[in-house]
Amino acid sequence: MSELMSELMPVLLALTILVGGVGLAAVMTWWERRLLGFWQDRLGPNRLGPFGIGQVAADMIKLLFKDDWVPPFADKVVFIFAPTAIVVAMMMGFAVVPFAPNTYIIDVNIGLLFFLGMTSLAVYSVLLGGLASNNKYALLGGLRSAAQMVSYEVFMGLSLMGIVMMTGSFSLVDIVQAQTNVWFCFSQVLGLLVFVVAGIAESHRLPFDLPEAEHELTAGFHTEYGGMKFAMFMLGEYLGLILIACMITTLFFGGWLGPAFIGHWLPPFVWFSLKVFLVICFFVLLRAAIPRPRYDQLMSLGWKVMLPITLVNLLVTGAILLWMEGA
Amino acid sequence: MLSQLQTMWTILKHTFTKAETVQYPEEQPYLAPRYRGRIVLTRDPDGEERCVACNLCAAVCPVDCIALQKDTREDGSWYPEFFRINFSRCIMCGMCEEACPTYAIQLTPDFEMCEYDRQSMVYEKEHLLINGVGKYPGYNFYRVSGLKTAYKDKGEAKNEARPIDVRSLLP
Repeated sequence: MSELMSELMPVLLALTILVGGVGLAAVMTWWERRLLGFWQDRLGPNRLGPFGIGQVAADMIKLLFKDDWVPPFADKVVFIFAPTAIVVAMMMGFAVVPFAPNTYIIDVNIGLLFFLGMTSLAVYSVLLGGLASNNKYALLGGLRSAAQMVSYEVFMGLSLMGIVMMTGSFSLVDIVQAQTNVWFCFSQVLGLLVFVVAGIAESHRLPFDLPEAEHELTAGFHTEYGGMKFAMFMLGEYLGLILIACMITTLFFGGWLGPAFIGHWLPPFVWFSLKVFLVICFFVLLRAAIPRPRYDQLMSLGWKVMLPITLVNLLVTGAILLWMEGA
Repeated sequence: MLSQLQTMWTILKHTFTKAETVQYPEEQPYLAPRYRGRIVLTRDPDGEERCVACNLCAAVCPVDCIALQKDTREDGSWYPEFFRINFSRCIMCGMCEEACPTYAIQLTPDFEMCEYDRQSMVYEKEHLLINGVGKYPGYNFYRVSGLKTAYKDKGEAKNEARPIDVRSLLP
């Protein structure tokens, strides 16, 4: 019986994450608008249900009942495939996130690489969506996203190598356990900085939403999308946001561990959720506060600032580790 | 970089500021007594229609939303046979109120006049006329202007002043 249970656990957890992830992403749309409202001295959507939470259901119903239309000039197969790719890729990313000790779907020794690979796959969604739409704005959005994601991918991976050096493992469970005494946000400040910026660029959220850039490109890569296909893009974007928040928590803020000076008096999963929630709120704050950079500014920030910082971080971390080993 | 952090801090502080939003149907905004909203036709203190169908409001209306037809009573006084305002055109500018010599036409602090049917936005005299004096409680046009009767002309009676010939005031 217990053997069966241990076999079933990951399956149950996967289902929970599938349903919970989609649900959370839906609730996020409401929470983000609410929070943006508060920060802009408005109220945000508050009419439907307690605190306006019914807005989530209303939006879903609206999107479900919309005409599922494919433009006649679009590449039909790719057009339909594109929005599913981002959701699948982001969902796969959740497989390696350790929510609490022994609460994860799979703990592979290349967990970090798996996560990076899955977020890279999401590029295809945006790129193909832009390409298949056969629309100049969509194409421009797709082009931008390709360049942006490929260049930010580089130091997104590199910024985490400091952590891998200090832990000596790619497994996310090992990385969390290595933070029992000191979180990596203190010992890897530069890594954290770069990873947050790259993470936002990767999930193409504001202020780095240049692939969408509604002021310049109408809606960028999803100009031609509507109804549930558009909803899938949005779902993928919010899943990406939650995934990046989970990763920042896991890699830099001790995952399920409580702060060392307070102790671990809350259940591990509560610590984890609390931290993820705060990181998500921080992302929304960025959206509320920071204007979108120009495209060349984004690129020069990436290659001229972020990449050198990452390399310096890598060098210094390596040097200190070698020095400590020698001592 | 510093300015970005400053911006974020400023925005974060707004978590604790009160929202500017007025939650309209539950929370009614204050409308001043002189707010320019729905137009009404008022009556004088004796309960008679103030409107003398002089057509000045219709002439001054910049969007031509007022239509009326003059008619004459047995005593020779004028009144509007019909008085029609098309509120789907009206811009609530208040020029009709300024033009009115008898304070008959007045704008009120009410703007909740949505309709599903465009034709319902056309108000007839029966919809416009109210049983009240509006903003000018004691005013009766004929008490100020004087009135010609069968026995006397304007300003001939005891406590009356003769009407001023406005043309004599011209330079």
